Parts: sequence; C-alpha cells; structure tokens
Amino acid sequence: MTLARRRFDALIIGAGGAGLNAALQLANANLRVAVVSKVFPTRSHTVAAQGGVNAALANVFEDNWHWHMFDTVKGSDYLGDQDAIEFMCREAIPTVYELEHNGVPFSRLDNGRIYQRAFGGQSQNFGGAQAARTCAAADRTGHAILHTLYQQNIRARTHFFDEYFGVDLIRDDDGAILGALTLEIETGEPLLIEAKTTLLATGGCGQVFRTTSNAHINTGDGMAMALRAGVPLMDMEFFQFHPTGISGRGMLITEGVRGEGGYLVNKDGERFMERYAPNAKDLASRDVVARAIVTEVKEGRGCGPNADHVLLKVDHLGEDIIAKRLPGIRESSQIFAGVDPAVEPIPVFPTAHYVMGGIPTDRLGHVVIPSSDGSEEIVPGLYAAGECACVSVHGANRLGGNSLLDILVFGRAAGQQIIDHLKDSPEHRPMSDAIIEKAVSRLSRWEQEGEGISVRELRDEFRKVMEDHAGVFRTDEIMSEGVEKVKAVREKLKDVRLGDQSKVFNTARIEALELENLIDIGMSIVLSALERKESRGAHSRPDYTERDDVNWLKHSVYFQEGDRLDYKPVQTKPLTVETFPPKPRVY
Amino acid sequence: MKFFVYRYNPDVDTAPHMQEYDVEVTRGMMLRDALMEIKRQDESFAFRHSCGEGVCGSDAVNANGKNMLGCTTPVVELKEPVNVRPLPGRPVIRDLVVDMSQFYQQYRAVKPYLIHKDPLPEQEILQSPEDRDKLDGLYECIMCGCCSTSCPSFWWNPDKFHGPQALLQAWRFLADSRDQATEERLDDLEGPYKLFRCHTIMNCVESCPKSLNPTKAIGKIKELMLKHSI
Repeated sequence: MTLARRRFDALIIGAGGAGLNAALQLANANLRVAVVSKVFPTRSHTVAAQGGVNAALANVFEDNWHWHMFDTVKGSDYLGDQDAIEFMCREAIPTVYELEHNGVPFSRLDNGRIYQRAFGGQSQNFGGAQAARTCAAADRTGHAILHTLYQQNIRARTHFFDEYFGVDLIRDDDGAILGALTLEIETGEPLLIEAKTTLLATGGCGQVFRTTSNAHINTGDGMAMALRAGVPLMDMEFFQFHPTGISGRGMLITEGVRGEGGYLVNKDGERFMERYAPNAKDLASRDVVARAIVTEVKEGRGCGPNADHVLLKVDHLGEDIIAKRLPGIRESSQIFAGVDPAVEPIPVFPTAHYVMGGIPTDRLGHVVIPSSDGSEEIVPGLYAAGECACVSVHGANRLGGNSLLDILVFGRAAGQQIIDHLKDSPEHRPMSDAIIEKAVSRLSRWEQEGEGISVRELRDEFRKVMEDHAGVFRTDEIMSEGVEKVKAVREKLKDVRLGDQSKVFNTARIEALELENLIDIGMSIVLSALERKESRGAHSRPDYTERDDVNWLKHSVYFQEGDRLDYKPVQTKPLTVETFPPKPRVY
Repeated sequence: MKFFVYRYNPDVDTAPHMQEYDVEVTRGMMLRDALMEIKRQDESFAFRHSCGEGVCGSDAVNANGKNMLGCTTPVVELKEPVNVRPLPGRPVIRDLVVDMSQFYQQYRAVKPYLIHKDPLPEQEILQSPEDRDKLDGLYECIMCGCCSTSCPSFWWNPDKFHGPQALLQAWRFLADSRDQATEERLDDLEGPYKLFRCHTIMNCVESCPKSLNPTKAIGKIKELMLKHSI
C-alpha cells in the first residue's frame, strides 16, 4: 500500500494550550513544525477553562513561588514530584508575563497590573491566610489564552493540519518514535507524518465518564496511542471530580465563583463546608469539596425534588461583580440551569473533570518509562505535555488554576527541549514498511462489514460502567466489579461494526477509533484504582479511609501488555529548596 | 418533535435532500442534543460539535432559516417542524459540515495578533481597567461563523470582503492599548472591498450567539480611519 507521506522536523499532535505553546517556540526558532488537530485549533478544550492560571505575581497580596509550591505539594496529597512542582511554580511567573506580552486580554487591577483572584487550596506563607494567585481574563481565561496562542502561531507561520485524527504512533524496533499515522477527516485518507520528534498534547479523557465537564473530543487519544506503543500510563486512578458542575448536565461552574465569594448550601440553607474544612471552607481543595457535596446528598441533605444536588449561592455578590467577573457562568447558568445567579442559587453536583495521571514524562517533556527502582528510560523521539502527560505536578489532586499553568509551562519546556534535541539530531531515522503496518491495521479493522454492536451502544454501556464503578467513592467490591465489566466491554469491542463505510467526513469512523481509545484508558483507571488500597487526594476508598505513606507514597504505572501494574517512588527532593515532608492534610 | 435535516454525502448521493427524523424531546434539550439523538438513530449523519456549552464554536448550523449554535439553542424555542441546514453560502462537505477555509483565510488576513513594537517590560505591559474594558464585546468571539455566513456581502464576495468576524477581530486589536500597529492595520483595510463592503445590514448582530456586535466594530474602524486621514 502506498501511503501519502509528509516530513517535518517536529510533529505536535493536539492544538490546545500545550501543543500551541510548544508549536510557538518551534516556529519562532524557524523549525519545520506540523500541528495535527482533530478539530480546528480554537475548538480545543483549553477554550473552556474559566477561572484562570496560577502564578505568584503578588499583584493583590504578597506572594512568592515557594508558597505556591507548598500549596501544590499539599494539594497533591504529597504524591506530586517536588522537583517538577518547584520548576512549574518558578516558571509560572515568566510564563504568565510572556502570555500577556503575546496579547492575552487579562482583566486588570486599578494600577494596570493583571487581575488575580482567590482560588481553592491557595495560601500565603505555607498554609496561612488565603492567597490570590489566579490570573484571570474574566471567567473566560482559557478562551483568551487559546485564541492568543493560535493567533501568535498564525504570526509565526506554524503549519496546521486541521481536522486530522492521530491514529497511532510509528515505533521502530529500537523503541524510537518516528512520527504518526494520521487520518484526514475530510477525505478519509490516511497521511503518514514522519518527524524527528513527536509531541503528544492531546489533552484529557473525561469522556470515559457519562457525566463530565469535558468536551465530546476529550477521548484521551494520545494516552491510548502511547499505551499501544508500549508506554505505560501513570497514576490513572486519580481522576478529579470538579465540585460544581451544573446538576444533571455536567457543565462547569468555575471555582472562581467561590473565589469571588460564592458559597455552597444544603437543603437546610446550611453552609456545610464549615464542617468539612473549618478554615478554608468553600475554598478547600477540590477533592475535599466534591466529597463533602456527595456526602451531604447521600445523607439526605440534598436540594431539589430528588434531593440530588446542593446550591451555589452567588446573589449576595451583587449585580456588578457578577457582570464584571463572572459573565460567562451567568450565561451558562441561564442557558443550562434556567437560573440567573444574580437572583437565584445555582444547582450543582460534582462532575468528572480532569485526569491527574497520564503519560509519564520528566520535567523537560521527554516521555519516560519508569521502573520500580526509580530510574527512567527515555523513549527516543517522543514527548508529551499537558493533561495527557503526568510529570507529575498534580499528584493525587490538582489545584484549580494549576491546569492552565501545567499546559503552558510544560508545553513551552517541551518545545524548547525539542529545539535543543533537533540541533544535535539533524537526520530522520529510517522507517520500514513493516512498522507502519500495525498502525494501518488499526484503520483497516474498521472496514469489516456485517452485523454487530454499534459504536454508540458500546460507548453508552462503557461510560455508564465507569460512572458506576470509578466515581467519587470507591470500595473493593465496586471496583472489582468495575474491572470485570470493563474487561467485558473490551471483549465486546471485537464485535463492534461500522455501518457507514463512506470516506468523506465520516464522524462515525472517528467515534469508533475514539471508543477504542476510551476503553484502553478506562482499563488503566479501574485497575490502578482497585489496587491502590488507601485514600489519597481524589482517590477515596471507604474501605481504606486513611492515607498510607508507608506503603503507598508511590506512583502507579500501568502497562497495557498483560494489564500489568508497577510502581515507582515519588520524587520528594525539590531542585533547590527543602523537601516538604508529608503531613496530615487539613484545610 | 419533527426535524428535517439536510443530508448530502458525496460518496453516495448525487444531490442533497432533506431527511425526516423524529426526536423525543427531553427536559432542557438543546438543538445539539437533538442532533446527537439523530446521529444515534442514523450513524451516517455528520455534523461538527464539541464542548456543548457555547465556547468552542464548532456546532453553528442554520435552523429554520437562522444561524445559531446547536448547543445553546433549546429545541422548545424552535418552531416545529425544525429545518436544519448547513451554514449558508459555504461549500458543503457532507450533511451539516461546511468548508470554512475562506472564513479562516479572512481571519488570518487581518493580522489577528497583538503587535507590540517597543521593548517588552520585564513584567506585564500595564493596561488600565478602562482600556481593558474596550476589549469587552470583542475578544469573546468563538469563531463559529454564524455572523459571516449570514452576511449577504460575504456571500457575494467571500474572497475579497473580510466579513464581520474578521473585522470584529481587526477592531479587537486596533482597540487594544498595547497594540502598536494602528497605521499598518488601517492601511491594510483600505480599498473598496475588505472593509467597505459592509452595508450595515446587521444580520451579523442578530445571529451572533455571544451577543457581540460586529457592525458597531466596523463603524469604529471607519471612524478611526476618518480621524487618521484628516
């Protein structure tokens, strides 16, 4: 079979914040860079980030990166790697300034500096008073950042392959990654992109759950590509449920609402967070608030006719603040919940939001295969950044405002690392037909005709299983059943058939490929979760209620081959400062 | 609820046709939910969509003659039967999926990026809240294309007239106190087509799902041009 081929210095798969910030570095260095995205770049899910990006600019209150680092380590429930966290919190400051210079329309303070708001889990002076560290463009910060990065890439003449789907990585016998097979969605034709380096920046996988704040496109394509190329996924049991999704719908109401002074109440009108987090209250870490809401509802203090949600009260902030700082969530609440938050409270319930785990990388963006002795083997030619990667800076629970930060800092770092690498490696490695065959077979599998299960049917079944068996509270019984059910779903995948075999813009074919990705990832989540016998961050087990630092202060590493789990130690040594040793985590 | 949906698959159809579907309406159902339900019934139906909350701009369609976002339009607000068609004036790739390349080219043509020529400060470039307020109503554009594809001037000259979306963005940078390329931006907009094909029909304002006002922005550009030419 003759495949259309293109050659580039660098290939980037995914055009959200991480991919575009990496692309910008590369294009500005005059390298030949191709960005492949299954949607037009400004449709990437970074666009939906609301609240903001953390950086210790100290524009509102005194602040420094070391305090930010402490909050992030504590927020991670001590599972984050402290070298990477130090790097991120230091880099946050120049990264945000660079974004501003690139044109991001940040909201402003009276003195003309970037507006910063309070967010959950933030403190001054290592656990002291509330900090205001989240740089915001109203409540549309992700939109403002994504559009700006795309705009600057236009200026830098980055080469985009819009609406191309990444099918699989091309890996040679030495384990090096030589590029990827892609599918042009418009024509249905495959295109092989050869590249000296490949960066996975494909974002999250929230679509594994039925109720999620994530977009239709968040199907974890890059993570699944990595798995199939023999790369493990790390810490996949840690999935963040954002406390305030619109009840029954899942759309996000930013933590910025509580940062601006909004608070949660149960059916008795009680500010229940005072019981769960006496100091931080509504601005405790997300895992803490999500569990509190689920507990309130479980114990019969939920609101509404079905007592299935709590209320987020905002009206006391007044029309002005709401119009100026929270215009987007006002619009969303009106459209999707039918309430104007300036008048009535918003019905909310936790929604699947963010995967802390992902493709293991070092802080320079290299994809690494960790082993249990703590050593790491770099996968030649492969990089990852953003939500699909796990550096790990979020550990067991990510702080609000650290996600935009992660994608920008590590997207940029990966871009710069690739520039350095390309200086020393001017040649493409040879690519044989045999190694392309495996990727091609992933496409031809869907050409099988005949009767079978539909993609939609299995997708619905799978997402329900994940919601029922990998949610906020997890027991051995629930999880074991979940593993069996996901295995059964994986078996059924063989019997799924595509009825529509046409070529042009066949979204059914794309959804079939996405379903394979989702199921591969779902397995990594349920298996890693079943095995972790402790409660840490977002992973909460009623049968093992305590954090167990003796046995479980370590990263889970899931390999697809044989559904094997391994573990690697947490890096507790920062780059320059002292270690933050594990402490009980109270807010 | 009855839907008539524009169907055309170049692989199998010689001509487009409207196909009828019945969708059971659920509480809070948006047009996008209805289209997803139609795809459930018929996997060969193609349309773009992603975020489901009106920020990614993927799922602009024409329903009952008006351009709108599927994900923020409650079906109960639409008159039955609902006629759903691709955005007008763009070549159809398949079903509701249209070719937006000319729309994106027009966007690129206005240099939609901040140009700051002075040496950069170590920290942020300062901007007063009042100056920042001038960007409200401009930067929120989601590039869904509802405006430009409802504009008769854009239908007529999509290759020469920038269209309301691109011009709104042109003004977004002209209005930014940090931008230092006013002269070249205004020079680039000279001529009978790029800017001046706007005849203030205002379909763009009516169709914008984010309540932005491209016509007003175009007026501001013209005002600024006048000021600069004196």
